Amino acid sequence: MSANAAARGSALRLPVSQRILLYLLETRAQFLGVWRRPAFSVPTLAFPVMFYVFFGIVMAPRGFSTAAPTYLLATYGVFAVLAPSLFGFGVGVAAERDSGALALKQTTPMPAGAYFFARVATALLFGVLLVTVLFLLGAYAGGVTLYRGQWFLLAGAILAGVLPFSALGLMIGSWARGQAAVAIVNVVFLPMALLSGLWFPIAMFPDSLQGAANLFPAYHLSQLALKVVALDAGQPPAVHLAVLAGESVVFLAVAALGFRRFAAA
Amino acid sequence: MPAPESGPGPDGALARLAGVTHRYGEVVALERFDLEVRAGEVLAVLGPNGAGKTTAIRLLLGALAVQEGQVRVFGGAPGAAEARLRRGAMLQTSGVPETLTVREHLELFTAYYPAPLPIGRLLAVAGLEEIEARRFGALSGGQKQRLFFALALAGDPELVFLDEPTAGLDLDGRLRLWDEIRQLREAGRAAVLTTHYLEEADALADRVAVVHRGALIAEGEPAEIKRRVAGRVLRCSTRLEEEEAKSLPGVVRVSRRGRRLDLLTSQPEAALRRMFALDPDLGDLTVEGAGLEEAFLSLTRDESPPEVR
Repeated sequence: MSANAAARGSALRLPVSQRILLYLLETRAQFLGVWRRPAFSVPTLAFPVMFYVFFGIVMAPRGFSTAAPTYLLATYGVFAVLAPSLFGFGVGVAAERDSGALALKQTTPMPAGAYFFARVATALLFGVLLVTVLFLLGAYAGGVTLYRGQWFLLAGAILAGVLPFSALGLMIGSWARGQAAVAIVNVVFLPMALLSGLWFPIAMFPDSLQGAANLFPAYHLSQLALKVVALDAGQPPAVHLAVLAGESVVFLAVAALGFRRFAAA
Repeated sequence: MPAPESGPGPDGALARLAGVTHRYGEVVALERFDLEVRAGEVLAVLGPNGAGKTTAIRLLLGALAVQEGQVRVFGGAPGAAEARLRRGAMLQTSGVPETLTVREHLELFTAYYPAPLPIGRLLAVAGLEEIEARRFGALSGGQKQRLFFALALAGDPELVFLDEPTAGLDLDGRLRLWDEIRQLREAGRAAVLTTHYLEEADALADRVAVVHRGALIAEGEPAEIKRRVAGRVLRCSTRLEEEEAKSLPGVVRVSRRGRRLDLLTSQPEAALRRMFALDPDLGDLTVEGAGLEEAFLSLTRDESPPEVR
């Protein structure tokens, strides 16, 4: 038993190169699964770009200031990473539970880490694509001028949103069934985007709504992004980071409960 | 496929359920249930819907937490990393993303294992060569099942679980999958197959375990099981009393509605001879093969295991 088990034990571990390949293939499967579904990929890619072109560039007040295109570049950037994370996890995980795809994967030695990595990486890929397009539009059509360091910091702040938004999506996907998950994600997605000030500057809202915005991770992330371009509301970044981290932990804990309930059924 | 490297565990079984009871709330799915899978055999778990077959499979896969009793696979816990590597599974409710091609799915699943079967072999074994570039969503029902079969074999497993692999397939699809399962057996792999077709168990299995209402009610070689459930239902109009009918040769069950009498017997010819002798006016006679449900009922009557409720 012991020699045999030891030999087998070493065979249990994939070599590092194959492990990397596994993570890449899982990500490719996840990305193509979404990319080839135009009903998902087209609105995810088109809406943030359309909105930014319309509100951030065409409708932006003309004048000496490029504050509006700059402000909206940050918030539409956050809006752009919100959808792939929320839908990828919220709707995607629920659909895979319904179809039995998740159960099938769970019979294999697939590391659980690969499953989550692939989804986060997919959301990130969509995010990078969108941020690139938005930045090019902002710089060349919107007249946004930033220092090079600011461009990178802004991109980093926006893309970091994939983590808390994925955690929120996972929480929904772990509890809701397929079609219900679509409805819940939409109910969360659009109001949160609006009330977090992703579409219009938060300063245009009445005070009570501005206060309520503090509840949403999207608000705190957009404030971090706006801090990079010095257009934020002035709260210290540590507050935003703490709220984002705390909310992510809560989302993940509730998601873990949801999966446990699913496993017991 | 090369022969499996490692044989059965120390107790001679690849997988085992011992004294397992499983409840879903008030519903008892399995009750003091025992099952053993031996190296190199195809075991058919035969039973009607709701008998507890899928619960047994899910316990063996580690997809359900064990409530009572013992579940061992390759001498360890059913969900352990080692068990995941050495077995494959085809689930009753299964899916994969619709927009990926057959080959892309196989590339992904083979990456999970340190020593997978080559993709070319999997395509050939499951008869998928001509549709490897087709997306899952565009496959027919039979093609989908064959892809799931190939995915179950991706890791070159020693033991394969097939939960109603041919459910919903047309005759052609069913026969093709049967061929593939036979190849598995010839390669020395063990398989557990659930089905509610006696015919399927007979065609594929070395051993059949009959499950009814969460209990194992019969176990043996397919020919033996077939003989025991090969009853006939006789329906006729007769003045024979129920008590008289019960004493006829091979009769397991009798029911009367007015002049109509239905009886299930394992010796239809002998029973009919006696019936005509007792009642020359007997009429409206039909003789039917017993369906599986009736066959199971006859088994439960024969054996009447006390735990069956």
